[in-house]
Amino acid sequence: MCTTCGCGVGEARVEGKDLPEAESSLGSGSTRSLRQSQEVGRSPSEMRYSALDPAGRQAPQPASGPRPAHAHRHAADGSGHWHAPAQVRQHEHGHDHMHGEAPQHADEHAIHPAGGNAAAATSRSRLLQIEEDILSANDAFAAANRQRCVERGIFALNLVSSPGSGKTTLLCRTIEALRETLAIAVIEGDQQTSRDAERIRATGVRAVQINTGKGCHLDAHMVGHAIDELSPPDDSLLLIENVGNLVCPAAFDLGEAHKVVILSVTEGDDKPLKYPGMFHAASLMLLNKIDLLPYVAFDVEQAVAFARRVNPALQVIPLSAATGEGFAAWLDWLGAGCRAQQTDKRETIAALRRRIGELEAQLSASARA
Amino acid sequence: MHEMSLAMSVVELVENAARAGNYRRISTVWLEIGQLSAVEPEAMRFCFAAATRGTLAEGAQLQIIEVNGQGLCFNCQQTVPLAALYDPCPACGGYPVQPTGGTEMRVKELEVE
Repeated sequence: MCTTCGCGVGEARVEGKDLPEAESSLGSGSTRSLRQSQEVGRSPSEMRYSALDPAGRQAPQPASGPRPAHAHRHAADGSGHWHAPAQVRQHEHGHDHMHGEAPQHADEHAIHPAGGNAAAATSRSRLLQIEEDILSANDAFAAANRQRCVERGIFALNLVSSPGSGKTTLLCRTIEALRETLAIAVIEGDQQTSRDAERIRATGVRAVQINTGKGCHLDAHMVGHAIDELSPPDDSLLLIENVGNLVCPAAFDLGEAHKVVILSVTEGDDKPLKYPGMFHAASLMLLNKIDLLPYVAFDVEQAVAFARRVNPALQVIPLSAATGEGFAAWLDWLGAGCRAQQTDKRETIAALRRRIGELEAQLSASARA
Repeated sequence: MHEMSLAMSVVELVENAARAGNYRRISTVWLEIGQLSAVEPEAMRFCFAAATRGTLAEGAQLQIIEVNGQGLCFNCQQTVPLAALYDPCPACGGYPVQPTGGTEMRVKELEVE
């Protein structure tokens, strides 16, 4: 569910296929938890029974469905933790001190026979510090997507705007200009239909359609599945066209390198002030449909000033996806972003190779010693 | 009415934390809500009661720690109180004011049994 407007995302589909049931969306976890907890609530003694094997050791969690094992990688200073991307899924939990407490808790139960006095266990209360951001589940998926793109030199952009700003036309023209020199893949987000993905495929590049169903934005989990489906090649450009909405997509990190907001001159020039969140989150604003400026009352300078009031670092490129005016600056920006991402990947690989060389040298030196 | 979905995310977070330690009931939840986070504490209280129904947190007390908005004005370089995001600086009237506090939207702590 969207934590900004409260819409549902339980019907999300990637290329017409449901996401795996156990993890169909970030939001559906709430429904699932609710169901589980009702089962647990009916019979606390059963829960305690199933939580312990006869030896009193902690057994798999009760009535909570299959829980994937999860890997942790702790930072050297012990703070924070990282989940393996494939295993993040719905599983969320607090911090290391809680892991430490679990065995002790199992012992507490071990002294109460199953089906015994439930009240004895409830008299023990304790405080758990979790300090978890309400959007943390999405952010974990986004971090995994970002890492994947960085490792492969993929320059990923999240294109956001109101409906009808010309995102898909802009994408088609961009693809036509770049496809000879750059591998491009596209993720299309819409509530319904695969019309946009079909328009993109007609240009000859790979595109995956995500239908969000009741949802008003893409989230990092859906995008992770779409990346699986697309498997964009190394050093490619990944364009993610978000659902047309200037509110909710601002809050959901997808793991992109940048958000690019598209404002067309047929909209009001005060939109950056009315929907500041999106203009604040973006790195670049494309001012589209400038070929229509003679026919509309849109003040370009005013719009740019309003946008920079909420985001002083915002870059702006005026262009027209219909005529191609201003496109050279946009293509240059894309080219520079792709090259920077590819250079980062090469430097990371070179650093890893150097490190392997050093370690091998150390190893052979210690073997000789 | 986004407080409803926020409340459901909170319930999901606290239930997962409680389950990880095999706790059976959540009796109190502490939230840190910044003044600039666009959450109305009263609406959150109302929704929390509804969202916890039938969960481990049913009947739990909700404690909201409100954090005042604060920002750094790029114009006059002062740290100033900030009532709303993207407002002009209350000291000099300039723009922009970078929020430095009060954007929190966090589950801080819970009491479990």
